[in-house]
Amino acid sequence: MSHDNLPVKDPDLGHSVPDPGLEPHVERYTDVDKGAGNRAYAAILMMLAAVPVLAIAFVVIYFAVPRNAYIDFGLLKANAQNVGFGLTGGLAAVLIGVAVIQWARVLMSDEESVELRHAASSTDDDRAAVMGLWDDGVEQSSVRRRKLLLGALGGAVGISLVPAVVLLADMGPHPTKRLREETLERTIWAEGILLLNDENWLPIRPEMLEVGQLVNAQPANLRYLHGVEAHQAKAKAAIIVVRMDPNSIKVPESRKDWHVSGILAYSKICTHVGCPISLWERQTHHLLCPCHQSTFDLGNSGVVVFGPAARALPQLPITVNADGYLVAQSDFTVPVGPSYFERDSSQDFKDGDQ
Amino acid sequence: MNFLTNLRRHAAARPALLILALLVVGLGYSVVSPQQSSAETEMTQQIEEGKALFDFTCSSCHGLGGEGTSQGPSLIGVGAAAVDFQMGTGRMPAAREQAQLPSRQVNYSQEQIEAVAAYVATLGAGPEIPAESAYSPEGLTEEEIARGGALFRANCSACHGIVGGGGAMPNGKYAPSLVETDAVHIYEAVRTGPQQMPTFSKDVMPDESVREIIGYLDEAHEQPNYGGLTMGDAGPVSEGFWAFILGIGGLAIVATWIAKKGARAR
Repeated sequence: MSHDNLPVKDPDLGHSVPDPGLEPHVERYTDVDKGAGNRAYAAILMMLAAVPVLAIAFVVIYFAVPRNAYIDFGLLKANAQNVGFGLTGGLAAVLIGVAVIQWARVLMSDEESVELRHAASSTDDDRAAVMGLWDDGVEQSSVRRRKLLLGALGGAVGISLVPAVVLLADMGPHPTKRLREETLERTIWAEGILLLNDENWLPIRPEMLEVGQLVNAQPANLRYLHGVEAHQAKAKAAIIVVRMDPNSIKVPESRKDWHVSGILAYSKICTHVGCPISLWERQTHHLLCPCHQSTFDLGNSGVVVFGPAARALPQLPITVNADGYLVAQSDFTVPVGPSYFERDSSQDFKDGDQ
Repeated sequence: MNFLTNLRRHAAARPALLILALLVVGLGYSVVSPQQSSAETEMTQQIEEGKALFDFTCSSCHGLGGEGTSQGPSLIGVGAAAVDFQMGTGRMPAAREQAQLPSRQVNYSQEQIEAVAAYVATLGAGPEIPAESAYSPEGLTEEEIARGGALFRANCSACHGIVGGGGAMPNGKYAPSLVETDAVHIYEAVRTGPQQMPTFSKDVMPDESVREIIGYLDEAHEQPNYGGLTMGDAGPVSEGFWAFILGIGGLAIVATWIAKKGARAR
């Protein structure tokens, strides 16, 4: 086996290392010992022969084992069918793989060979031949004489894309400023809307809440909505209501009427990518988003203290109505949830604002 | 009337009247005065036992009057339920200061725990140890259990995971798994808000709602886990860890085996 590798010269060391070439070929046991070769051959055949047996067992298990039977291994319970499928189907696939690899390893030809690198481009002759063919094609298509053909074809193909573009562009409403103001930038909270505890729908009075209490609340008017509308409204309007010792929290001047003796309401939707968050630590007043660990300080107007969220959690101004129940003063003053290109973040609360 | 007049003039009339008056006053006092019933004696005795135990095991951190020290919070107003939760799950007495006190083996009898609870309850009003009817999920309908699931997902799943497997929190804290937790301790934790957990008061989360949540957890944890190993119910982190170790590791071993030249006739 000859090839062009030259001896490696190292000028610093003042010597050259001769090309070691290929290591001498040593034959495998299965090549020199006929018995060993036959045994390997038999082993591969055995593995492949087991596959049909396992496949039949798979089908038998599919029909014979009841669907709701499960095997109790002590620590874990597993569906008997799933265990059977895994053992038969999985083992069959593994056996096919092992048999093929073993075939390649011990029975296929064991000769080493060298394939040298070469330039990636074709030869000059080949390239000239291809260009000749191209020119012939251009000549024969008669576009040189009848020049409009190409333009007409290009125009026709181009215009035929217009319906597709229109269909794609019309897949949803256009996010105009007005539409954003009606949908994305408002929730169903409004003046006088009762705060209800989520899922058991009890209205909340301030005296029901102890310091350190958390309530996952929804607006009372959510209950008039159904289906998609209800889900969309809930996705934006969900809030968490917490009660903290008023002396242990910072309430800026502009928000001093937004809480009821230490009861504050915040959007439940993380300002990072919109996960619902209610992982609240009563001692630190920190609210942690489980998705990406954004942490908001509910004792300081919901500012971000850690994580990827860029904006403070919007606070909902609340008060008490004539019957003594907690109600919203208005909608949120800024859009809730994650950012979008057109969002105006100048109104968001920043740490230190008053 | 002569009969009465004669009696009044009788020599024994005065002493007899005096004795009668004394009797009336004595009996009247015994009826009106606060009585020391046997139940009350038992209760006082329980509180005294509790105080003795408290002084011995709790006061070094919580103060001799339960007023709290730099080592431990005040217990005034935490209520009997908080004591039953903290001691009944082995969290208290704490072995040492930690980011979060783990649930451990309980070394006190229920009577001792109740005695301490009774004593702490005298320090200030707080949630009581609930009656079984408040937390037992017996007799819940399917609909109520389903609502318990909705309540759990809305209020608890953020920390405790979607079926109560527990979850991690900042700075070494964690929300414990609820799989092994007794119903009474779940109820007490909901009412008292131990450590970082918020409180859920009776008015907002009535006993009925807590029962539904407990019923949902029982139902969810009774389901056979057809999916095989849960790997600690910790979600994609633990699953990804094992997938990496076993999957990539296995592939590396197989790749090595494929490329290995094997036995040679040298």
